[in-house]
Amino acid sequence: MIIARRWAAGLACALIASATLGPPPAVADETPAKEPPRVELVLDSSGSMRTADIGGRSRMAVAKQAFNDVVDALPPETHLGIRLLGSQHRFPGSSKAVGCKDTKLLFPVGTVDKVEAKTAIATLAPTGWTPIGWALRAAAKDLGTGETTRRIILITDGEDSCGLPDPCDVARELAAQGTHLVVDTLGLTLDAKVRRQLTCIAEATGGTYTAVQSQEQLTDRLEQLIDRAVTTYAEAPLHVAGAENCATAPTLAPGVYTDREQFGEHRWYRVRLAPGQELRASVSLSLDRRLNRDYGVLLRATASGGRELVRGSDAGSGRTDVQSAGLRWSDGRPADDDAEPRTVCLVVSNSFSAPPGVLTSPGMPLELTVDLVASSPDPGDPVLGRGWTLLAVLALAGLVAGLVTGWLARWRISIRREG
Amino acid sequence: MMRGILILVAASILVLPAPASAEQPVPTVTTAGPSFLSATVIVPGQPVVVPASTGDYLYWSFAAAAGEAHRVSVRVTLPPTADRHGPTTWTLDVFDGLRRRQPCTAGTQTGTAKADAADVTVGCSLRRVRSWADHWSHDALPGTYYLRLSATGLPERDLGLPVQANVELTVKEGAAHPAGARMEAPLSPPINAGATLPPDGAAPTDATTSAPKPLAQAESWVNRLTGRWTWTIVGGAVAALTGILGYTLTRHPRRRP
Repeated sequence: MIIARRWAAGLACALIASATLGPPPAVADETPAKEPPRVELVLDSSGSMRTADIGGRSRMAVAKQAFNDVVDALPPETHLGIRLLGSQHRFPGSSKAVGCKDTKLLFPVGTVDKVEAKTAIATLAPTGWTPIGWALRAAAKDLGTGETTRRIILITDGEDSCGLPDPCDVARELAAQGTHLVVDTLGLTLDAKVRRQLTCIAEATGGTYTAVQSQEQLTDRLEQLIDRAVTTYAEAPLHVAGAENCATAPTLAPGVYTDREQFGEHRWYRVRLAPGQELRASVSLSLDRRLNRDYGVLLRATASGGRELVRGSDAGSGRTDVQSAGLRWSDGRPADDDAEPRTVCLVVSNSFSAPPGVLTSPGMPLELTVDLVASSPDPGDPVLGRGWTLLAVLALAGLVAGLVTGWLARWRISIRREG
Repeated sequence: MMRGILILVAASILVLPAPASAEQPVPTVTTAGPSFLSATVIVPGQPVVVPASTGDYLYWSFAAAAGEAHRVSVRVTLPPTADRHGPTTWTLDVFDGLRRRQPCTAGTQTGTAKADAADVTVGCSLRRVRSWADHWSHDALPGTYYLRLSATGLPERDLGLPVQANVELTVKEGAAHPAGARMEAPLSPPINAGATLPPDGAAPTDATTSAPKPLAQAESWVNRLTGRWTWTIVGGAVAALTGILGYTLTRHPRRRP
């Protein structure tokens, strides 16, 4: 009895200890990045930046101070560049042909010398035209190509005064080049045309739009965007081109992929599934343009013969950034099966449509995640029971067994006595 | 022996509500990712205060283990009424690690703020996470869960205005069903760039990096001990006792030794 009590007490202590300490919370694995995060600030230095309407200070003064604050708080590993637009030729006063190609790299993308950067910022003066499209193209070139996400942060107070190239078209063109370029926009006015233009640029590249109304807001937002660039830049998916049918589709390893899909198009991919593995796939289609109200996305897994295995779909309506669907599938073969891996085809289709006048090409950005993990076999029924019913049944069974045994014993004794 | 078991049962009952917030205070989260891939990881009980712009899509992710039921509540502090031009509708969507939309058992996922409201609250109580499910089912499974907060309906003129989102994530632990079952790998998707293989290439290995993964099981073995094992053992003991009782009942009182 004493031993039993000690054992129980020891166990109870162990229980309490294990419940209080517990294992540490899980966090995402991190891999060392190959290249530093690259960000370029594109600042409008056009004549209209002189307007003093942000808390009584000129837009340029506010932008300068925000830039200084940002340079001070810049994470050391960030490569930052600053490009100006409309800083060299007067508006009005100079010819449109010159003024609309007026963009200057104030500071090339690289590690920032804080003192030098601040001196350069101090010399800025609002001057010329607003060639946003032209500056975006130049900024994309400054950032170069690579495997990680690059960010352009565009700060402007006016719509593009040059017309061509249309900044929104430029943004789409840059996004379609597949260089993982995101343009975040900050508008220094609440003007409707500016807002429409900047939201269009942001939407086309998966960026954001902010209407700046105060100095603090601009600084906070810039810092937030640069932090975001630092923390998320390495997660850039691989470009892959889905095929028109399964036989010619690319074979994918676990990881994240991007592609483009037009309205009504079907994109096929292939995955090799070894015995004992489970396929997990998810897809997100980005709504990067004006679309009709209702839409849907469908992801299907089929056997190489065309038989459907499983599907995931989702539909929606209204304003959203992506529409996603996912699925998981395993063929039930055990891991110790020596059979060949099986090919599973994944096909992504959509039911998007756009009002007339909206470009349908290039297609909408598609993000595909493929994972292969150990499959989880059916657990079957538990071997033990629980609950009051079980207890009652066991007790009743015990009682019946006891009664029967007792009666048998009495009967045996009475037989023996009679004998 | 019986007494030992009783002590054991009593001890495990006392221990049942495992303290989840016993660790040191967690830092406030002030960011949200712009996409599934770059969602900001949060843990239950962590304060989340994120300044953002109207029209942003804000993503957070958290890890959920089998047996857990999460509840999310987001209070969106809206821009000053003078700058707004009409009612705005905010929506909280929840997705699992496969980006499948998750239903809510309670809570208002979509809330519309009138033009003069100062804030709007949206929320969702998630289903209890199951420990195993068939691969064609849409049951909630252990793994990464994503939260997406967005303005789904607003006057175009109100885009870009400053807002602030306060997220409150809480968790309640319970028994995971089906009992004794488990997933070999949680639904935590890879976040590394993929690679294309030759069509007859070797079967690829698992992804190296992934979204946050939950603990293998929310329940400690203490909780599991109060499950089937305890019921069965106690049941056996009770059966033995009633067996003795039944046997005794059949003896004549006067003839008992």
